[in-house]
Amino acid sequence: MNILVVDDERDVQTLFEQRFRKEIRSNELTFAFAFSGEEALAYLNQHDHGSVLILSDINMPGMSGLELLDRIKKNYAVPPPKVMMITAYGDAENFNTAKSLGADDFLTKPVDFATLKDKLKTIES
Amino acid sequence: MLLQTILVIILLLNLRKETKGKNGLQQWDKLIITAICISAALFVLHNVFLPVGGLLIMLSYGVTAAVIYTVYTNTLFTSGRALLNAFWPLFVLNFIEDVITIIDKPFYKSWRNYIEGAELLALVWMIAMLIINNKQKKALEKERLINEEKEKEYRITEHLKAQLEIQVQERTTEITKQKEELQKTLHELESTQSQLIHAEKMASLGELTAGIAHEIQNPLNFVNNFSEINGELLEEMKVAIENQDYEEVKALISDITENEKKINLHGKRADSIVKGMLQHSRTSTGQKELTDINALCDECMRLSYHGLRAKDKTFNAGFETKFDEQLSKINVLPQEIGRVILNLCNNAFYATNAKKKTAGNDYKPTVTIKTAAADNGVEIRVHDNGSGIPQQIIDKIFQPFFTTKPTGQGTGLGLSMSYDIITKAHNGTLQVESQENIGTTFIINLPY
Repeated sequence: MNILVVDDERDVQTLFEQRFRKEIRSNELTFAFAFSGEEALAYLNQHDHGSVLILSDINMPGMSGLELLDRIKKNYAVPPPKVMMITAYGDAENFNTAKSLGADDFLTKPVDFATLKDKLKTIES
Repeated sequence: MLLQTILVIILLLNLRKETKGKNGLQQWDKLIITAICISAALFVLHNVFLPVGGLLIMLSYGVTAAVIYTVYTNTLFTSGRALLNAFWPLFVLNFIEDVITIIDKPFYKSWRNYIEGAELLALVWMIAMLIINNKQKKALEKERLINEEKEKEYRITEHLKAQLEIQVQERTTEITKQKEELQKTLHELESTQSQLIHAEKMASLGELTAGIAHEIQNPLNFVNNFSEINGELLEEMKVAIENQDYEEVKALISDITENEKKINLHGKRADSIVKGMLQHSRTSTGQKELTDINALCDECMRLSYHGLRAKDKTFNAGFETKFDEQLSKINVLPQEIGRVILNLCNNAFYATNAKKKTAGNDYKPTVTIKTAAADNGVEIRVHDNGSGIPQQIIDKIFQPFFTTKPTGQGTGLGLSMSYDIITKAHNGTLQVESQENIGTTFIINLPY
């Protein structure tokens, strides 16, 4: 499964690569990284998004996660890629907005990788 | 005898000037009038009833002696003495003449010519004395008048002086009161100013708190995550060592080292944020420190961005940093400069947010912070592509309490305090360039 991680923190790439090193090594998962909403859209335009899961932070400078979510859900209609939003703890407002915009799932910051792995397994099966 | 009575009357009339119509001297006045009447009566009687002349003459001398005595003993009539001096020779001659007439009339007759000659001389003496007296009197009178005038002037001056002194006293009291009131007002204003500055600091600190929470949360997440990963990697290494797979061990060591660096990096990041926050909240020590302007700008920009994000969920904007990496550190008050940059960033984001509400979807709100070496120091530019500042208010933006924000949302002190910090505390300049609907740039120049 292809996963596109969108976050403005560059070290997120290292973190995910380390956390999922076994899965990456065994080719269970492949990761791509975008460091802004704009980069994420550019990536989606260039790549086949059939099996893409997008994992996006909401709080980013420039295009926010919510705006990205909105565009993905509108522009890639059939079938839109699954989008999992990362919200700050206790941020009900963003949570609800993301839900109404069609977010498929949520993670709260700080990301609990055990939970994330479980969720990925459920999606895969 | 004839002449003498007339002279006494003249003398009495003269003396009366001292007593006439004066309070407390009514008795003297009456006495003088009585003496005048007696003398007049004697004079008439003497001329009409000559035969009883002897008694009349005695009476006349009695009156004369009484008058002379009074003039010489009573200080009230000292003015009469001069007159008396003029009359003395005549009185004496008269007396001698009368005595001789009574004692020895034939002798008188044979000496008459001499006596009359002497009398003439005495008369001349009297006239001369009277003229001199009169002159002296006039001179005295003149002097007296001058003195009186002087006295009057002196009294007027004294009076004026006293009045002036009272006025001066009143004015002094008034001015002292005013001074005290002004001092009180000044004191109140000073304390209000420090309260306002404190309020402004607290307001920006409040905005910061949310930004700081976000800024600290991210590095802490990294620290926790990489630390956990290292734990897992060490477990794997144990297995690799047991399997004697040293290639794997080497790879793991390299990963662990990398992660360790990340932990360290993010730990320091959190540390500097906390320090920045502390710097922002504490009062300035007034000590300038060698400061990395790029790092300060980066930190403030992030704090501003996340602070605004946390306050207003709909807010969003891009931010760019264009730093001159060769920039040398300069001596500044870091927390003060930090406040200025933070304030400028907040304003810049606010301006882009304002424009976003009216502009179309194509509008990309962006705030750029740029540093560069200038001729004599460092230049910091905070640029936004926001709503811009209208020309009619651009001159007022550095004035205290000037704000375009709704009441209660801005203290109007941000830019005026920033201006003071840059110009007064650092001898730098703070300039603004703005075009409506295109954007605004604030340019800070800090000398080395």
